[in-house]
Amino acid sequence: MGVGRRAHRSGRTGHGTGKTVWGLLAFQTARMALLVALVSILAFVLLSVSPVDPLQTNVGQAALGAMSPEQVERLKGYWGVDLPPAERYLSWAADVLRGDMGTSLLYRRPVAEVIWEKLSNSLWLLASSWLLSGLLGFTLGVLAGRKRGRLCDRLVTGYSLLAASTPAFWTAMVLLMVFAVYFKWFPIGLSVPIGVTAEEIALGDRIRHAVLPAAALSLTGISSVALHTREKMVSIMESDFVLFARARGESETSIVLRHGLRNVLIPAMTLQFASISEIIGGSVLVEQVFSYPGLGQAAVTAGLGSDVPLLLGITVVTAVLAASGNLAASILYGIVDPRIRKGAAR
Amino acid sequence: MSGMKKRENGKRLGNRRLFSMGLFGASVLFLLLVAVFGYVWQDAASVTDFSRKNLPPCAGYLFGTDWMGRDMFVRTVAGLSMSIRLGLLTAAVSAVIAFLLGLSAAVLGRAVDGLVTLLIDLVMGIPHMLLLILISFACGKGFWGVTLGIALTHWASLARLIRGEVFQLRESPYIRIAGKLGKSRAYLAFHHMAPNLLPQFITGLILMFPHAILHEASITFLGFGLSPEEPAIGIILSESMKYLAMGKWWLALFPGLLLTAVVLMFHYAGQTICRMAAPGSVHE
Repeated sequence: MGVGRRAHRSGRTGHGTGKTVWGLLAFQTARMALLVALVSILAFVLLSVSPVDPLQTNVGQAALGAMSPEQVERLKGYWGVDLPPAERYLSWAADVLRGDMGTSLLYRRPVAEVIWEKLSNSLWLLASSWLLSGLLGFTLGVLAGRKRGRLCDRLVTGYSLLAASTPAFWTAMVLLMVFAVYFKWFPIGLSVPIGVTAEEIALGDRIRHAVLPAAALSLTGISSVALHTREKMVSIMESDFVLFARARGESETSIVLRHGLRNVLIPAMTLQFASISEIIGGSVLVEQVFSYPGLGQAAVTAGLGSDVPLLLGITVVTAVLAASGNLAASILYGIVDPRIRKGAAR
Repeated sequence: MSGMKKRENGKRLGNRRLFSMGLFGASVLFLLLVAVFGYVWQDAASVTDFSRKNLPPCAGYLFGTDWMGRDMFVRTVAGLSMSIRLGLLTAAVSAVIAFLLGLSAAVLGRAVDGLVTLLIDLVMGIPHMLLLILISFACGKGFWGVTLGIALTHWASLARLIRGEVFQLRESPYIRIAGKLGKSRAYLAFHHMAPNLLPQFITGLILMFPHAILHEASITFLGFGLSPEEPAIGIILSESMKYLAMGKWWLALFPGLLLTAVVLMFHYAGQTICRMAAPGSVHE
């Protein structure tokens, strides 16, 4: 983060543009929209340079072989296979702006519909593990950073290092082995029981199915917030103003609550909002292990099954989610930090 | 009294440093052993023997065997060896990209800087796993998809760091004086800035290894990487998933543990090197 601040001096990005919160908001929103548009272009380019033949995946090899050359030509013309990529991109983008993201090849339904369904499954998971890992990581980081080198600090640092080294999907598999296969406390997979109609699904069932995936995501997500908070906390607790507070006779608890927490909260919040994209990445792996029918699993299925419209749609939607996280962070920054709020920064 | 205390302190510090150096040496040795033995065992890893299938861990087969009678220990080490070699290669490529982009952003003027900043934001704007999937798809899956994917996605945060560092350096008196003396931008960049950026570069490179290895394992686990015959840690783990519910826990537990151990040791060794490179924190 420190680097980012410094870079702002060059007067390009960030908070220098508008003095008020509203100016900031408008600037950041425009920036986010531009970024998402560029992401969609990048994804489109990557998908269109792929050696995967669009006709073959759409119609199937057998059907394509049975067609006459004229039919193949007509199909090519219909789908615009031979059009230049830029033209194809523009027509896709125009459709997206009208709310039509194309039709998924694997699900045979509109992409927007598939994404909405999968996203509503994933949202539970993402939100709960994001909150849990943020709160836990923050608390652990504050506890550890309160006094460097103590047992508490070593335990938290050690755990964070271990969690950062463990692949998320393996954590998920171990949880599955222990709590679902061995103890049989939780179901092995999916998001709802099998053989039950949509109306009969109880909230409890949904929660029971989401506990293990959420736990796997949170356990690995803690480490970066905890380590970051710890580092900031250590530097605050060793600063001059804390030394002065000690000299005034303030108790250690009051120092942590009044001077520590306040200063650590903002960077920790920024980091946690920026970590939304990491949580989405982790959910791709974890959902695969639990066969949880969420957005992450849909992305893997789309990638393996060459479902280009769906993969493109998912990329854009997750990029929007990640960018709104960053947007929220910079807005919060403006609201929480009085120096920025009053436009007196620097 | 105080002299004695000082000596004791010194002894403790020396012991701790000795201990941490020992641990560092041990982890480097371990990583080297895994890399070398895995390379040697590459062919042995795919030997099938149906007379010994589905054995739980025992003295002869430390990690047990799978349904085709392959020795899981040999397979795991072979897979990890490939992960380590691939990780070293891709992290090195990524770090060089980061270095060049970061440097050029700060030296080649505002237009280039804007472009590089945009690229950084773009790469960081897509969730990492999704970007890996997209690149793998663009390469038609397979080995090159994974290699390119990992090499092309890890440079962003280091590039941002180096760019920031160069911005600070650019304002320093000795660089300004050199500029006023008529040295070219390229000369300034490579003769005056690059040596200063070396510690950042090395630290960033070393801390990239564990990430690269983890992402290689993850993308292979999802099925985008190498072909199923090859011994790759991600493939071993994704195969073992089918046998989880049948109680064959050893297929998933031990390979995963060894993978975690390898990544942890990379982390540890990397942190030790970084700490040695920054003398200010040696005494912590």
